[in-house]
Amino acid sequence: MSAGVGVDLENLWIRFGDFVAVRDANVNINGGDFFSFLGPSGCGKTTILRAVSGFLDPSEGKVLIGGNDMRGIGPNKRPTALIFQNLALFPLMKVWENITFSMEIKGASARERRKRADELLDMIALPGQGDKLPSELSGGQRQRVAIARALCAEPDVLLLDEPLSALDLKLRQHMRTELREIQQRVGITFIYITHDQGEALTMSDNIAVMRAGVIDQIADGKTIYNDPNTAFAASFVGENNVFRGKIRRVMGTEAVISTNRTGDLVARISTANQGKMREGDEAMMFVRPEAFAIASDDAPGDHCVTARVKHEEFEGNVFNIFTEGDGGKEIKVSLPNVGQSFEDHTGQTIRLEYETRNAVLVPAGELAAE
Amino acid sequence: MPRFLKEFFNRNGTGMGLAILGLVIFWTIGLIILPQLSMLDFSFRPNLPPPEIGGPKDVYTLENYKYLIYGPEGGSQDYNAVDLRVFFRTLLAAVCVTIFNLILCYPIAYYLGQSKGSHIRIFAIMLIIPYWINEILRAFALRIIFGETGVLNTLFMGLGIWDTPFDFIRNDIALYAGLGYAYILLMIFPIYNVIESLDHNQIEAARDLGAPWWRIHWRVVIPYAKPGISSGCTMVFMLSAGALAAPQILGGPSSLWFTQLIYQQFNDNNDWPQGAAYAIVLLVTCILFVLAVMRLFKVNMGDIGK
Ligand SMILES: Nc1ncnc2c1ncn2[C@@H]1O[C@H](COP(=O)(O)OP(=O)(O)OP(=O)(O)O)[C@@H](O)[C@H]1O
Ligand SMILES: [Mg+2]
Repeated sequence: MSAGVGVDLENLWIRFGDFVAVRDANVNINGGDFFSFLGPSGCGKTTILRAVSGFLDPSEGKVLIGGNDMRGIGPNKRPTALIFQNLALFPLMKVWENITFSMEIKGASARERRKRADELLDMIALPGQGDKLPSELSGGQRQRVAIARALCAEPDVLLLDEPLSALDLKLRQHMRTELREIQQRVGITFIYITHDQGEALTMSDNIAVMRAGVIDQIADGKTIYNDPNTAFAASFVGENNVFRGKIRRVMGTEAVISTNRTGDLVARISTANQGKMREGDEAMMFVRPEAFAIASDDAPGDHCVTARVKHEEFEGNVFNIFTEGDGGKEIKVSLPNVGQSFEDHTGQTIRLEYETRNAVLVPAGELAAE
Repeated sequence: MPRFLKEFFNRNGTGMGLAILGLVIFWTIGLIILPQLSMLDFSFRPNLPPPEIGGPKDVYTLENYKYLIYGPEGGSQDYNAVDLRVFFRTLLAAVCVTIFNLILCYPIAYYLGQSKGSHIRIFAIMLIIPYWINEILRAFALRIIFGETGVLNTLFMGLGIWDTPFDFIRNDIALYAGLGYAYILLMIFPIYNVIESLDHNQIEAARDLGAPWWRIHWRVVIPYAKPGISSGCTMVFMLSAGALAAPQILGGPSSLWFTQLIYQQFNDNNDWPQGAAYAIVLLVTCILFVLAVMRLFKVNMGDIGK
């Protein structure tokens, strides 16, 4: 899909006084993509979105929409529409007036506006609700009205600032699917902001993982999950177990690290770091809970971790084992429930094995806060 | 006993509750309603020398009200043109002062309400402090500015913009400025209060959807601020229609304010019933006018309290 209008950020810096909110961001978003910025609270996601929508001028660098430099073009003149974190529907206007506000500005007649409002209300599955006030709708309905209001402006790029954060879990999951469907139907570029990795993974074509103003990695969800660039990306997206150590030996795309607690372990160097990691470097190895299995007797030692089980829990589809790990952190192991019998391991010392391709090695770095 | 009373007593205890309630009742009835009622009573009685009060001549009459409309009995004119003209001119002028004040104060209130930071506090203090100076002093200070040899005339004549002094007082400019200035705060604060609670994202949302600044105000800010605007306008209108000091000090010789007529009746003519009738006509007209305008703009009574 390349019909839509793309957005590019080139060497984008945004400062508030001495504070750097966005540091040298370079992002190419393809037209028609569902692109997410994923990062913890305060990392600068909203700031980037405000720079794209024109409410904020970059300190340095450029924002290009459809290849055009947006410098000096105000938010009311950009082909973007922003859905605010708190929706910002106009409380005194009826739903249909809210939706067609952008047409009112262009001088469309009330009749045309009514007609368009009805079409959009059908699309968001709220037929006949046009004469209500926003306060008379439920949270999820208001959400959809905000989307309709933005779409009515026929933007080339729709910007969404954590639009689902105020909803409860069930509705949030429902709206994920709905948003993705709407995006595919209208075919325009969506730039989506979230701190919820589940949202980012399920909806996006591509994701930018952000940490304190810096973009750590831009890739599709599978790549980010399986092949993270940095310790932050590995620990922020999905659950992960970390093992710290020094690189003892590099063998092409694999390396052996020596850990204090569990001896020498072998791991695959993440793609972006291949050729950059040297013997003696501090490194971190990440293994997902579901990538561990109880070791068989003949499993080689450099693929195994030995640890004492602290507690266990049964979650239905998986059986979780928590063992003592590095630096007070637990190692979590999730065994899929495929009908085997689970014996209680609490207090025992068990051996866990993993496959090399499931153990990713990145340079030691900052981890995401839990 | 109604629920709210019961709750009130539960919260404050019987003794304290009774005391508070008594004070409130004394305040509203003793200090507001009774004096006004006696004024109303005055307005329907003839002006009699003290010995005859309560005598056979002391009967209810519409004389005092008729006087405002028809003038003295057997007078040369059919209508009391002088007083009526003053009356309507006062109302019109009060409307003008209100509109002028609104136009001046809305941007200030918007700025104060929507910008963040400590300078807002300083700004507000700078608005409030001048009101520590009493009304008379402020009015005379304006005379110094607008007088024939005042600051403005000296300045403009010095700059050669005009060469004979401009009479701001005779042209009522000083009066309008004085009245406008007197009630600036009463206009700014109610509007500021509402606008401060307006989510800034709504303004940005409107802008993002393509609205130019004036339409953002027209469609988003002003409808939201309507309760504050009506509350400010009502207060400014009522108070300027009822102002006395500013017209007295800043008004031109030919332009009387209706309150000055009332004052004359009470004080100079010593005709309390006539004064009371005039005052009541002013009060009732103002209330009716405000209610009519509120109706026109679809403002609820409850909004005024905001
Ligand atoms: N106008 C401003 N002045 C100064 N600092 C600001 C301003 N706006 C944002 N910041 C700072 O920039 C950083 C990034 O803010 P931003 O709003 O982009 O975070 P975010 O990633 O959207 O977080 P959240 O998920 O909580 O919404 C924060 O540390 C914030 O304090
Ligand atoms: Mg944000």
